[in-house]
Amino acid sequence: MLTTFIPLGVTLVAAPLVPGLINKTKAAFAGRQGPPLFQLYFDLLKLLNKGAVYSRVTTWIFRAGPIVSLASVIVAALFVPVAGTASLSFSGDIIAFAYLLGLGRFFTVLAALDTGSSFEGMGASREVTFAMFAEPTLFIIFVILARVTGSLSLSSMLTQAPLVGTPSMAGLLALVVFSLFIVCLAENSRIPVDDPATHLELTMIHEVMVLDHGGPDLAFILYGASIKLFVMVAMLAHLVFPMPDGSPVQSGLVFGSLMALITIVIGIVESAMARLRMVRVPRLLMAACMIACFGMIISLR
Amino acid sequence: MTILLLLLLIPVVLAGVSLAIRSDVWRPWMLVIAAVLHASLVANLWVSDAWPSIGTWLSLDPAGKVVLSLISALFLAASVYAVGYLHRRLERPNRTFVTSLLFFLSATSVVAFSQHFGLLWVALEATTLASAPLLYFNHNSRSLEATWKYLLICSVGIALALLGTFFLAVAETFQGPVESALLLPAMLPRAGSLSVPWLHAAFIFLLVGYGTKMGLAPMHTWKPDAYGEAPGLVGFLLSGVLTSCAFLALVRLTQVCQAAGQMDFARPLFILLGLLSMGVAAVFMLGQTDYKRMLAYSSVEHMGILTLGLGLGGLATYGAWLHMVNNGLAKGVLFLMAGNIHRHYRTKTASEVHGVLHRLPWSGALFMAGFIAITGSPPFGLFMSEFTILRGAIGNGHWGIVAGYLGCLAVIFIGMARIVVPMVFGEPPNDAAASGPKDSFLTTFTPLVLLAAVLVLGLYIPSWLDRALLAAAQLVGGLR
Amino acid sequence: MEHVTQLLLILVILANLFVLGSHPLGACIRAVAFQGIALGLLPLSLHPEERSIHLFVIALGMVGLKGFVIPGLLFRAIRDAAIRKEQEPLIGFNTGLFLGAILVGLGFGIAGKLPLPPHTGSSMVVPVALSTVMMGLLVIVTRAKILSQALGYLILENGIYTFGLILAAGLPGLIEMGVLLDIFAGIFIMGTVIEHIHREFGSISAHKLVNLRE
Repeated sequence: MLTTFIPLGVTLVAAPLVPGLINKTKAAFAGRQGPPLFQLYFDLLKLLNKGAVYSRVTTWIFRAGPIVSLASVIVAALFVPVAGTASLSFSGDIIAFAYLLGLGRFFTVLAALDTGSSFEGMGASREVTFAMFAEPTLFIIFVILARVTGSLSLSSMLTQAPLVGTPSMAGLLALVVFSLFIVCLAENSRIPVDDPATHLELTMIHEVMVLDHGGPDLAFILYGASIKLFVMVAMLAHLVFPMPDGSPVQSGLVFGSLMALITIVIGIVESAMARLRMVRVPRLLMAACMIACFGMIISLR
Repeated sequence: MTILLLLLLIPVVLAGVSLAIRSDVWRPWMLVIAAVLHASLVANLWVSDAWPSIGTWLSLDPAGKVVLSLISALFLAASVYAVGYLHRRLERPNRTFVTSLLFFLSATSVVAFSQHFGLLWVALEATTLASAPLLYFNHNSRSLEATWKYLLICSVGIALALLGTFFLAVAETFQGPVESALLLPAMLPRAGSLSVPWLHAAFIFLLVGYGTKMGLAPMHTWKPDAYGEAPGLVGFLLSGVLTSCAFLALVRLTQVCQAAGQMDFARPLFILLGLLSMGVAAVFMLGQTDYKRMLAYSSVEHMGILTLGLGLGGLATYGAWLHMVNNGLAKGVLFLMAGNIHRHYRTKTASEVHGVLHRLPWSGALFMAGFIAITGSPPFGLFMSEFTILRGAIGNGHWGIVAGYLGCLAVIFIGMARIVVPMVFGEPPNDAAASGPKDSFLTTFTPLVLLAAVLVLGLYIPSWLDRALLAAAQLVGGLR
Repeated sequence: MEHVTQLLLILVILANLFVLGSHPLGACIRAVAFQGIALGLLPLSLHPEERSIHLFVIALGMVGLKGFVIPGLLFRAIRDAAIRKEQEPLIGFNTGLFLGAILVGLGFGIAGKLPLPPHTGSSMVVPVALSTVMMGLLVIVTRAKILSQALGYLILENGIYTFGLILAAGLPGLIEMGVLLDIFAGIFIMGTVIEHIHREFGSISAHKLVNLRE
């Protein structure tokens, strides 16, 4: 019983490492030392010890936002395999997974709108606009994977057809990995879609929505974001490379190094690319969506 | 075999020579030399009844012979005119122009000889490339625009024809590898085993591709621009020679369809495109203000008639072959005269041209006669050929087609008369100073000969020509 | 070799989508050059059992011509004309991408209706060829810069070439040479005309080419 929750536990404990590693990579590329790898843990601890300030115009929605989005991301993480096994898995759980991510986003957006600030409304509008392109892509990817593996549960879909080790479908899976990577960047507000480090009002998307949150609320939001990033990177890791069947230590090592690798790749992308102009972002996501569509056409044939 | 090689190589060699000649005055005579040599070799073919071939790819058959003779005759007429024309246009260097014309002659001859679908494609694409510099002779923005449209639309069309050719090869090799794929004489006996879906796909792409080249509606859009902006001489060669080559390509395609027993699929498409071209030509003829563009739409119309004749089969196919010859000759008269009128009046707008008969008596009279001929009025040859096609349609009992055909012809007659008659008759404008060169022997003699030929064909078809046309028509199910 | 073929064909389609969805002309030319190289390698993976000189010559000629020579010509044209961007396509880039994906679906649909020729190598060749042809046509009709139109023509030719690979063994080499020569000459003449148009109109936008219309 307890072993069932090991994957979830790993996710919850290791998630804040991913943003830390990305920042380290970016710092290395910029020739800086950068914040320590565990910086996010310190930040979370610091924030949890603080009190929160609530504006008088906000309602319960504003307070519920961070909690609901954190909760939905944690539940979604249940379905995602870590080193080959997921905590919970049933046929059709991809729908639950996708909508849990959607629910989290919905409440973040609602909370931002609840502040009544036009500034946050703008961020919310952008977030939803981009989600409009990212979500269909995610679903198309699920269709392809379901078609390829003949399964409807997230963990078996992700683990049965890794890119390395399925040469007969290498091209198709390369398309899947590529578009999932773009979706991952978009969903987690990374460069080139959004810049998590910026606080320039005209360019922010995700960051602007959470400006009014503070203390434990902000900690929940940051923690939820890191779990979401961890989950998406874990999905990519399983799609790229097969997990060995042997001991948990062995597969854990493979998984860990894959996670580190993909995270570093994200860091490199962020260092090498500039943030796209706002009007160009939909085109990037559209391209990812069309590539996924192309993959779907191939897989349905 | 020697004759064949000479036919193909003489223009190329002379093209080389004309590149080397420095004088713009003497260079155009290369055209006449090439044309005379070419024509005498072709005449020799008729006299000795020879059917030369090199291997199996290049060989003369009845259809190729008719087209080759037409090419040769029209080029001869054009070359004499070209000398007169280029001597008037000495302000423009003509090196590229003359060289391209000679390459054009060689490429079109290859089309006439080609028995291989791949070679046919290569040669037809070569004609596109050789004629692009011809369109750009005037080096102004309008001719440049026309050249670009011609190049792009024809290249795309011909590219689709290449895809169609590949489809045809797939249809042929579907049952397993075959000896000499895409070779017409080898393909016809085994046409029954072609894969039908691929043959249909090939037919559609080849029809669209070569139809673009021929200028069938709705792929005709390059034609008014190209014919309108090119010198009259080039318009003549494109509308008389190049379209006949494209027609030959459609004939080759029909041969395959017929041997494969797929004419029921092909006929309606031919008839549809034929009638559509005639209809489009009729509509655009009515509102036309530019007499050279008018001729372009007339060309669209006549290509429609040819395709219709091919689709109707039987007597109409014989009529189509006769019509191809007549159309080529009559277009010569009209385009060359339009060129003269354009040079003299310095405008292509029909409403600014009056009294051609006073200013240029020969050109005016020939233009008028050419108009009467091209609209299919007796006693000219086009009346005979259009009437033959009509008889074919009536004989098959296609009354709807008959009605559409006659209706389009009537509208086109009215549309052209509205433009041509006020141009030829009436008072000439008084600004004599602004007028260009008068008629000369070189610029009116050959059109006169062409017109005489059209007239003769209307009154009497020589038995040797009749036999040759019938033989060509019989390849695609024609009869008389 | 099946999966290598599949990978190359996917790259071909991705290059098409890239051209439909992006506007720096240089990048588009590079994408088409990349496509040409992928196509040049295709005969080797498509007919692995047949290591003939003929095949190698085709592959080498294709990579050289489509991957380097023709893109070089186009680059020269844009350098002379000093243009870098396709600014005013008739339809937006997103719509272009969307239509592109529809055309891919259509290509697969049509290819599904036709019986698969024997010795095709991969069942993806025909659909990819058809959709590349259609996407080339889409680029030609939707782009305002005449250079992009030439690029569309090149994509169209690439699609036809892809299809022609099915027949690579069955076609005489002479015909192939003729086809290659014609395509090269066509692009060369187009490049020349583009230069002239730039000199004459001071722009290579097809919107300027409106003198001739009914």
